Amino acid sequence: MVGGADKPRTIHPLFVRVTHWVNAFAIFVMVLSGWRIYNASPLFGFEFPKDFTLGGWLAGALAWHFAAMWLLALNGLAYLAYGLISGHFRKSFLPISFGGAFDDVLLAMRGLLNHAPGRYNAAQRVFYVGVILAVIVAILSGLAIWKPVQLQTLTALMGGYEAARRVHFFAMAAIVAFLVIHIGLAVSVKGILAPMFTGRAEAPR
Amino acid sequence: MKPPRSERLSAFRPQIARLERRLFLKQGLSLGALSLLSGCTLKDDDAVDRLLMTMSRFNDKIQAALFDPAKLAPTYSQADVTTPFPFNAYYEEKDVPLIDGESYRLQLSGLIADKRPWSLDELRALPQSSQITRLVCVEGWSAIGQWRGVAFRHFLEQVGADLTARYVGFKCADKYYSSIDMPSALHPQTLLALDFTDAKYGYPLRLRLPTKLGFKNPKFIGEIFVTNDYPGGYWEDKGYNWFSGS
Repeated sequence: MVGGADKPRTIHPLFVRVTHWVNAFAIFVMVLSGWRIYNASPLFGFEFPKDFTLGGWLAGALAWHFAAMWLLALNGLAYLAYGLISGHFRKSFLPISFGGAFDDVLLAMRGLLNHAPGRYNAAQRVFYVGVILAVIVAILSGLAIWKPVQLQTLTALMGGYEAARRVHFFAMAAIVAFLVIHIGLAVSVKGILAPMFTGRAEAPR
Repeated sequence: MKPPRSERLSAFRPQIARLERRLFLKQGLSLGALSLLSGCTLKDDDAVDRLLMTMSRFNDKIQAALFDPAKLAPTYSQADVTTPFPFNAYYEEKDVPLIDGESYRLQLSGLIADKRPWSLDELRALPQSSQITRLVCVEGWSAIGQWRGVAFRHFLEQVGADLTARYVGFKCADKYYSSIDMPSALHPQTLLALDFTDAKYGYPLRLRLPTKLGFKNPKFIGEIFVTNDYPGGYWEDKGYNWFSGS
């Protein structure tokens, strides 16, 4: 190929793009309504600023939370099924290397990490798999809080009702920490946001 | 001539009240986490409101399906009991109703064969049982308490309530009201509680069911009714999910 330029190709499959943005909306609603629910009975010595919460008051926040949970769970299940069946997870996430991820983070902090379109680096792999696990923990601990009698085995597995509330909080914290990095990079690294909509980028095969 | 401003306003008061009730979710929207962060303003608030209420009714059905009438809530030991037990109501602790136990009569209405009122002595003459269970508040906190009283199923059978009816409703001395589904009313751990740590938690009679959130456990009960018409509730009418099962 002349000048080594790569031809545009689909780097993000349509299924991944759609579930990504549906998930983004669901997470946005779940986190902001969750913050308002947290404020009704704070676990720790702080509250979330009211203007950055969703629902207005507890009933509104709960209505949002228990509506969006379906979107989050069903969309998440569709994504997991697709990822496992299509081979997307195997091709994109494996192998996982914590050492490689650590090296990549160091490189990225020095501005030396090359972003190759269509291929996740070691840090991305660890972070993406990590946030998927955090969402799964958030959903399971959420179910444990929602149904501590009907799903009491799950609640017991989380260490009981009060412990499940804390698990739920820290799963949220992990997701939000991921989002700070994820959104920060998505808007600052040139040319990676558009392909998440169009799917296409100039990338090596 | 125009009527005075206050009269003109009062003519619209019912509509205003209705509007306020409908706006409970809108306030949250206009507050704008959504508009603020995404840069879009949701103009069609009513549709969002309706969607959320539809989802809440859908969640009622899911929870009813998930409810296992034989599954018991975990029980705890005396040592686990939370002291002092948190007081929680829509009013302050100093405003709890004071009820004279001597003259108290529990009223019955609706789909119940024998609607004779019950005195406290008559209720105490029924078999009593006790439970130490966790009360989970809709706000998130929880506390373990002990309650003793009449198995609600036994009471409903005793008065000839229509056990195939959909709802059991409660009217309380503190102007609180609520309602539960019949399967939850018949759950073995659902109690008409006569004994608890302090009068402020609902003397002389409250409902205790560990299979639902705290606000579905009405205190200071004055009347119980059985019906097929959705009775709603104090918080439920303001937007809390009706089933609110645990």
